[in-house]
Amino acid sequence: MSEKKGSIVGILAEFENPAALVKAASALRDNGFKDFDCYTPFPVHGMDRAMGLKRSKLGFVVGIMGLLGGSGGLLMQWWMSAVDYPLVISGKPFFSLPAFIPVVFELTVLLSAFGAVFGMWHFNRLPQLHHPVFYSERFSKATDDGFFVAIESTDPQFDVEKNQELFQSLGAVHIELLKEDEEEVKEEAVLEAV
Amino acid sequence: MKTKFNRDTFRITEAGNIGKFALIAGVAGLAISAAGYLTDSKQFFYSYLTAFTFWATIGLGGLFFTMLHHLTSATWSVVLRRMTETVMATLPMLIILFLPVVLGMHDLYHWTHKDVVEHDAVLKSKEAYLNMPFFFIRTALYFVVWFLLSRTLYNSSLQEDQASSPELTMKMKRVSAPGMVLFGLTLTFASFDWLMSLDPHWYSTIYGVYVFSGTVLAILSFIILLAQYLRKQEILEDVVTVEHYHDLGKLLFAFTVFWAYIAFSQFMLIWYANIPEETLFFDHRWHGSWKAVSMIILFGHFVVPFVVLLTRAAKRNLLILKVMSVWLLVMHWVDIYWLVMPNLHKEGAVVTWMDITTMIGVGGLFIWLFWNRFVSQPIVPVKDPKFAASVQFENI
Repeated sequence: MSEKKGSIVGILAEFENPAALVKAASALRDNGFKDFDCYTPFPVHGMDRAMGLKRSKLGFVVGIMGLLGGSGGLLMQWWMSAVDYPLVISGKPFFSLPAFIPVVFELTVLLSAFGAVFGMWHFNRLPQLHHPVFYSERFSKATDDGFFVAIESTDPQFDVEKNQELFQSLGAVHIELLKEDEEEVKEEAVLEAV
Repeated sequence: MKTKFNRDTFRITEAGNIGKFALIAGVAGLAISAAGYLTDSKQFFYSYLTAFTFWATIGLGGLFFTMLHHLTSATWSVVLRRMTETVMATLPMLIILFLPVVLGMHDLYHWTHKDVVEHDAVLKSKEAYLNMPFFFIRTALYFVVWFLLSRTLYNSSLQEDQASSPELTMKMKRVSAPGMVLFGLTLTFASFDWLMSLDPHWYSTIYGVYVFSGTVLAILSFIILLAQYLRKQEILEDVVTVEHYHDLGKLLFAFTVFWAYIAFSQFMLIWYANIPEETLFFDHRWHGSWKAVSMIILFGHFVVPFVVLLTRAAKRNLLILKVMSVWLLVMHWVDIYWLVMPNLHKEGAVVTWMDITTMIGVGGLFIWLFWNRFVSQPIVPVKDPKFAASVQFENI
């Protein structure tokens, strides 16, 4: 078993049920862990709090994008209809607010939606084509009946032995190392299986 | 006398004086308004129609919210269901309060005058629909529909309090599905008949949706205020939680936007097409002090609540929700006033004491009917299969 420290990128633990996972996440939060993530087949109530996650800033992104869309739409129409190419349409003034409202509304919605989708990508670090957890064979259970938590090696407190002990004490049913390289993974990274 | 509440049966054991006060206020309000009828009958009927419509839309909102709850199989709103159901059950009683409108037909609706219709080509062509017998048949039909829907749903709900069964749950869903279609049709045509025909030359096909959007805001505001009143008496304070208020706040915000969307859709098409017979409606409301009322509605009914309710923190703040609910109910009244009153006071907005006394009169009786029924039953559907889940509901 080659133990090149540099190729280990994290430690993955599986728990029996959502309650155990929430307990484990709270313990990690209380122990000051920062770079860890939980993987579950469905949204688990109270998980955000257990992991110590702050409220998403996405709302502000959407709000600012919406304002940009609305004011941009108004500015664009004013420029087109009243400045650059004034044209009398059904006897209305060049700058007719009521006629511009639909476009302002649509652009507000469009840019808000862009802000929501792409902002969500950004905060979720998407698109991400690969992550070492996918080398784990058991990890496919995360879409079915597996409840996982992984501490990444970028966490200041990352330490294979200590983290393993912590997971054991929290009642993990399966613990394994996450590696950068698929070949190494095949060599056996499983630390503990119950 | 303070309201007393039994936490095990979810029943209000001592109802306090609300019912009595409401009844006194209602009778006194109507009695004083009757004096107005003797001095200025036209003003009385217009004021009365405004007040009646205001309270009828709250009742209709209760019917809508209850059926929506069943149709969407909602969990969160189970704890609010008995409140909306009781509002809904009060609605059919309003047929008695509709009688003054019947008495004032000739003052309110000038299409009821045969000699006018004879010399008016437009009204002549609409005579097949706009005539008194058909008007009464339609109005009776609306109340029959509302009576049947609300009685079936309310009684099934009370039956569920004894013993819950999947059949009852399914029954309420089955009634709600066609009920929602009937609700849409009756509300639309009632608003055409009672409000739009005040100006019988003018028409707008979106008018019913416009009234509907205000209706939903009215019931949401009413429920928020009712739940907060109960909370103050330490009733249901751990059942209707901040999570439920958050959802009510979301709906309040959404329907503020929906109202603006519909109001603007109505205005935009008429403004753009610029056909004289259609623009008259807005022309009347853009003259003299009516312009100020129109601006109050634009800002008060949309801009202010939109900005105030935009953030998550505001929707979870009970004080902000309470203030906005009162605000929106006032705006809902201004909105109906704006629909009705320019047909009487063409030169400018006039608020008379009768506008206030009729509101207190109809409102007092409405609250009296509502409260007496509300305290006679458990105030939440205790045996609803999703009741416990609703109490524990959390926004993710």
